[in-house]
Amino acid sequence: MKIPEIRTTSKSRISTVTIGALKADGGTRGSTITIGGQSAMPHLSFDGESPHPPVIAGYISDIVPDWPDFLKEAIGSEINSPLEWAQKAVEEFGVNLISIKLRGGLAETKDKSPEECAGLIEDLLKTVDVPLIIWGSGNEEKDRLILQECSQAARGENCLMGSATESNYLTMAAICKADKHKLISEAPVDINIGKQVNILLDDNGFSLDDIVMFQTTAALGYGFDYVYTIMERARSAGLQGDKLMARPQLCDVGEEVWRTKEATVGEDILEGWGEARKRGPMWEAVCAEGYLQAGADILIMAHPEAIRTIREIIQ
Amino acid sequence: MALTGMQIYKQLPRTNCKKCGFPTCMAFAMQVAAKQKAISDCPDISEEATVALSEQSSPPMKLVKIGSGDTVFETGQETVMYRHEEKFHRKCGLAVKLAANLSIAELESGIDEINSRNFTRVGKEIKVEFCAIDLDGCSNPAERAQTAADKSRLPIILSGEDPLPMSTAAAAIKDKRPLIYRATAANIDDFIKIAADNKLPLAVSAGTLEELADFTLKAKDAGVEDMLLSFKGGNIGEAVRFSTHVRRSALINKFRPFGYPIISEFESDSEEIETVLIAAAAAKYSGIVLIKGREAWQVTPNLTIIQDIYTDPQVPNTVEAKLYEIGSPNENSPVMYTTNFSLTYFSVAGEVERSKIPSYICVVETEGLGVLNSWAGDKISVEKILKALKDQKVAEKVKHRKLIIPGLLPVFKAEIEDLSEWKEVIIGPETAKEIPGFLNRIWGK
Repeated sequence: MKIPEIRTTSKSRISTVTIGALKADGGTRGSTITIGGQSAMPHLSFDGESPHPPVIAGYISDIVPDWPDFLKEAIGSEINSPLEWAQKAVEEFGVNLISIKLRGGLAETKDKSPEECAGLIEDLLKTVDVPLIIWGSGNEEKDRLILQECSQAARGENCLMGSATESNYLTMAAICKADKHKLISEAPVDINIGKQVNILLDDNGFSLDDIVMFQTTAALGYGFDYVYTIMERARSAGLQGDKLMARPQLCDVGEEVWRTKEATVGEDILEGWGEARKRGPMWEAVCAEGYLQAGADILIMAHPEAIRTIREIIQ
Repeated sequence: MALTGMQIYKQLPRTNCKKCGFPTCMAFAMQVAAKQKAISDCPDISEEATVALSEQSSPPMKLVKIGSGDTVFETGQETVMYRHEEKFHRKCGLAVKLAANLSIAELESGIDEINSRNFTRVGKEIKVEFCAIDLDGCSNPAERAQTAADKSRLPIILSGEDPLPMSTAAAAIKDKRPLIYRATAANIDDFIKIAADNKLPLAVSAGTLEELADFTLKAKDAGVEDMLLSFKGGNIGEAVRFSTHVRRSALINKFRPFGYPIISEFESDSEEIETVLIAAAAAKYSGIVLIKGREAWQVTPNLTIIQDIYTDPQVPNTVEAKLYEIGSPNENSPVMYTTNFSLTYFSVAGEVERSKIPSYICVVETEGLGVLNSWAGDKISVEKILKALKDQKVAEKVKHRKLIIPGLLPVFKAEIEDLSEWKEVIIGPETAKEIPGFLNRIWGK
């Protein structure tokens, strides 16, 4: 029998953002990635199109994160060198780009100078030829200096810089404009602040087309539902004509999942929950797949097994 | 579903006879729509009109019950496409499937395992909700069904596409009201008969959506009341399009043939991929998801994503305002306070646990608001904090008088020190993830 016509069309499209610059465009990348451009919610090809599939960014840190041994072993000894780790993530784990966190810049860790951090970025650009996402140390004051140096070191490479917040957006906008990078706009699990940061950037002459939104990520079981719904709301608002929200979205799954109990501890603590070395990567992959349903465009992920599973599903 | 005056008017005799006390049928219809009058107050209403109106006023998606007695699982009667529009009403049930080639002894141990898959997270029980048994190709369907009926603490799904074993198994345990899974284009008439004869719920699939609508109408005409729409495939895109299509048809277009919940199953050679696809299907509208893998590592992330997605977004999640002990704290352990917003509490508790420094966490009642929001909303104050510390007898638990307060609210420090016995207030970090470093710095050796 005849079934109802259920198609709905969107009023606007999500912006298309390209990260990385080839030689011809003033950079040195061997490939670039392009995200966004959707005119429909994930998978709903009867409503519109999703021209660019989501991508996976390999989680890299300049210091070895406080992770369970089984995760460090799965990555291999390369985890001790950010350059080797990045290379392995690209060549063996099959990530589309690299996300580097400069945690070593924190006073509590290695208190690295902005120049040292920038030196690492230069080396990283020589080691891998995929696009980069560059984050600071996590300390806002120091990151003004660190990110400025790193931005200059990667000038023209069209990196994605993390991140602009309500308090540092002026600095970040200036840095990214000067060195031709894309910018992550970040909000603390609050859709109104998410919109506000975009307004502030827009008001200060930073093009919304150069923004990727980051609503902060919550791990599965730790507020996942809040972020899932914020991302879903942001994406549907973007499709229904809200230009401020019509931006690609990023999820830092690896960072959050690998600090949860459920992903990291063994059956001695979580009795009956299954072996941690199997449960952990599933925690990361299930969380990532969940966010893909809400409209994630970039997933930052760490465990090679989780990366492989999600990669196969995206393909 | 509320009916409009016009929908009701169309079913009335339209004679304006005034016997109901209103001047016109339209005026009466408006009263019925406003729930001031019942449709039965019209003395000339036809039986067909009564049926049609009750049909139109029933929920756009049926509530389906599977199981019997104390073990009933309810699914369906959903009202929205996105959880932010209202909420998802009935959480998706995870069903674990046991293969047809297992011996009866293996089947029994499999059922035991499924029975044991229940866990506590965030103070709530999460568990596998169904025991599904495959029948196709087995020689003893009635015995297998009976084994499941005897051993399973959960409602049962009889899984297969061959009418012979299915009819035997269904008849054997019909009192348990198992779900018949699943009718296809190849077996539709036989399966409708099995479901109708035994008065059991039926999962229905078809080659196309048009055919699916034909099948559910046919089954309904044959007397099958409870149905689920079945998706089985290998691709998440297809699954989401299927479930979105039928759900929109039911909820937005009020298309009755699709007014049933969804059951999804994925075919994949990889256990990991099957596990992850189940999670996506649970988020995107499935009332039941079937998984072959019953290992705890496959089950626990899926139960957690179901718990998350089916949380009511309109209700703040709170924990009880009391003193929580993390690890085994003693009289020298740190004391800190936080809000009763679940996410705040569980983030803090998780990080304190990670610090490996046993501690006391005093939870202050803030009506489910986080640290900054509770301050902005006037739900937290020094008086409230001191009252919580006192009510929870925290001073009796420790020898020291040091209190760690959330870094986002340093302003309370001086006032707490002035007004209470907690003479050394330490300003904690602004985010939970900094807690391990912080605690080890100030409290470690």
